[in-house]
Amino acid sequence: MGATVVVDKLSVSAGNATLVDALSLTIRPGEVLALIGESGSGKTTTALALMGHARRGCRISGGSVRIGDVNVLSLGARQLRALRGRAVSYIAQSAAASFDPSRPILDQVVEPAVVHGTLPRGEAELKAIALFRELALPDPETIGQRYPHQVSGGQLQRLMAAMALITDPEVVILDEPTTALDVTTQVEVLRAFRRVVRERQVTAVYVSHDLAVVAQMADHILVLRDGRMREVGTTERLLAAPQNEYTQSLLAAARPAPRSAGTAAAGAEVLLRLQGLSAGYGPRGRDGKPAVTILEDINLELKRGQAIGVIGESGSGKTTLARVVAGLLPPSTGSMQFDGRVLPPELKARSRDDLRRIQIVFQSADTALNPSQTIERILARPLQFYRGLKGEALRRRIDELLDLVKLPRALADRLPGGLSGGQKQRVNLARALAADPDLILCDEVTSALDTVVGAAVLDLIAELRRELGVSYLFISHDLHTVRAVCDEIVVMRHGKKLAQVARADYERGPHHPYYEELARAVPELRRGWLDELDRARPALVA
Amino acid sequence: MTTLIHGGIVERPAMRRWGTRLAHFGITGWLGLAVIAFWAAAAAFGPALLSQSGDAGGADVFAPISAAHWFGTDYLGRDMLARVIEGARYTVGVAFFATLLASGSGTLLALLAAASERWIDGTLSRVLDTLTAIPSKMFALLIVAGFGSSIPVLVVTAAVIYLPGSYRMARALAVNINALDYVTVARARGEGTGYVMLQEILPNITGPMLADFGLRFVYVVLLLASLSFLGLGIQPPEADWGSLVRENIETLASGGAAVIAPSIAIASLTIAVNLVIDNLPGRVARERGGR
Repeated sequence: MGATVVVDKLSVSAGNATLVDALSLTIRPGEVLALIGESGSGKTTTALALMGHARRGCRISGGSVRIGDVNVLSLGARQLRALRGRAVSYIAQSAAASFDPSRPILDQVVEPAVVHGTLPRGEAELKAIALFRELALPDPETIGQRYPHQVSGGQLQRLMAAMALITDPEVVILDEPTTALDVTTQVEVLRAFRRVVRERQVTAVYVSHDLAVVAQMADHILVLRDGRMREVGTTERLLAAPQNEYTQSLLAAARPAPRSAGTAAAGAEVLLRLQGLSAGYGPRGRDGKPAVTILEDINLELKRGQAIGVIGESGSGKTTLARVVAGLLPPSTGSMQFDGRVLPPELKARSRDDLRRIQIVFQSADTALNPSQTIERILARPLQFYRGLKGEALRRRIDELLDLVKLPRALADRLPGGLSGGQKQRVNLARALAADPDLILCDEVTSALDTVVGAAVLDLIAELRRELGVSYLFISHDLHTVRAVCDEIVVMRHGKKLAQVARADYERGPHHPYYEELARAVPELRRGWLDELDRARPALVA
Repeated sequence: MTTLIHGGIVERPAMRRWGTRLAHFGITGWLGLAVIAFWAAAAAFGPALLSQSGDAGGADVFAPISAAHWFGTDYLGRDMLARVIEGARYTVGVAFFATLLASGSGTLLALLAAASERWIDGTLSRVLDTLTAIPSKMFALLIVAGFGSSIPVLVVTAAVIYLPGSYRMARALAVNINALDYVTVARARGEGTGYVMLQEILPNITGPMLADFGLRFVYVVLLLASLSFLGLGIQPPEADWGSLVRENIETLASGGAAVIAPSIAIASLTIAVNLVIDNLPGRVARERGGR
């Protein structure tokens, strides 16, 4: 049974900066409160403070946290250790990083119970197996003997929930537990989480940036921004009638509306044609096939000015497709044609003009920009390399590019480390645009961004297409993102192209069953969506 | 291509960054810089300023610290202060150039290995691994026995001995950077191996490589000192700090200044180099968690 959590004027600071500013909240026993906000809003900091923990360099500077009768912030180190993992437990975003890869899973799952002495080891193991069953894990009796790398990401996340629940905690903190998962996996995990939370009547804090996920899990939602509470209310009220301006913008961004393609769309001219494309890694066998095949027999036509979305789960080969088109991975069979001419498979064989006309933009702007080069230099390089611009002309073009992606010109002197995630992604786009490309390969460009920031980048992508007439191959795991900017959607699974759906037919079905499954798995922004899904398909095993 | 990079827009921020780097130095960093500057000045101008040459003997043997002999005198009655200052030229100069050679060529080879095809990487790595397998003192003894002891031979020997270590370090760093998206973007743009090596990878491994430089500098000073100690380093009557320690080892039991002064000189230089490197702000920022 859960405990009451009362937080009064909690403040957390790092140096002079205030991360959480006089936050007060109350959670009744057995209720689920969601903390929602963009990155840097202080939601994880708040969640950690509930356990009396502040990350390195941060300090809980004021206020109080009460869990049941315990005043958490007045506890000493020893008492805190007794509290954590026992009365309050924590489920982190990346289960893969939270398990020790060198020990069997069961050992680690029963550890909290053994350490806190709540159960003898034998009983703890039986309880763990019961929890595995409750969390709908396959082979509950034996899965514990496996090592973390032998189970999937979604399973590992549920195993971590079992670890958190084994001591029957009064409060569970879930910190973005499904963010790193594919949509279809996410549904299974959400379903399992919700069931255990409901049945055990634990008090839970659910930290997330995804309103649609939160709508399925939480009784109340608290919207955070810059460490301050913007709005709090029941889930129904907040979704139906958000009062705060920021909440409204979050809601608007949560479901990106289709961006109009304008007049540039789909001329008759085919820009990129892929025929029977296969690719993979490792040495080639006698039949000419690589040891591991990632892509199999892909056929695709992309018209000038068109945007084609490629969706699929991780491991479906969608990123490999972009790498093949970019020339980074030569295909084992099949051919590519670009603008009517054969595109050489190898990077080295391509002319500089071919290279210029196809640009690739990667997911994580953190690793896509060289941290030791200024923005000016990052943008200058393609201009110098492809077009030989220098001096005043170069500087003017860099300013134009910054204007184009709506960044202030003053950023030119900065290093990437001094930019926000959204700004970095804009620089990333600007670098591709500097080459004046015909085709931009976008690999998960909004996945690492907050909803509101991601929506703004999508707007920019659509606008650039309207104004410059560039074509996109837009790779994403998020169906809504793809729908928002693309004319056609290609669905991939296990390296094969399963279906191709045109924009006009998005809402008209029936489509390929896997497309339908993907579409169904995307959480909808209303309460009860998960319940309906349960009713529609009651017996679901991961 | 390189000419284009120097179009005038690149140097400016780089200069400014070096300016801010120095401004962020902590007290320990400045202290280290001061000690290094002192020894560098001693190596360059010291002998000219001395009132007595280190070769002039005649005073008491192993005399204690006095107004006439600030560091006492050595086993032939020579002034230790003069000996240490004259020795700075060999220790600071030889060690510095040997380390520069080892770290510089090691880093370049590592960049080449990381940025080019697999067979180049394999060949380079195996060849340098073989070199690592030879015990370093033995190798130095062999070379000195074969070619005689002269300053160029010492520099090259020390450089060859410490090159594989610095290559391994740089390669491990460079291989990680090479797998990052911005390097992939540069390749997809059509950039050559040279550009990827020097513009994309090198700037991002300089911080750790400077730390490695400091460590290796210490090793080289110690190697030269031990060679001198064996009588195979700098030849008398010239002496680096290592030989000074060896010459005066007899007085160790009585705690004479003649053996302590050169030891302190070695310690102060190596600690100073590491203090400076620890204070490079790139490293401080990395340790705070930013990249």
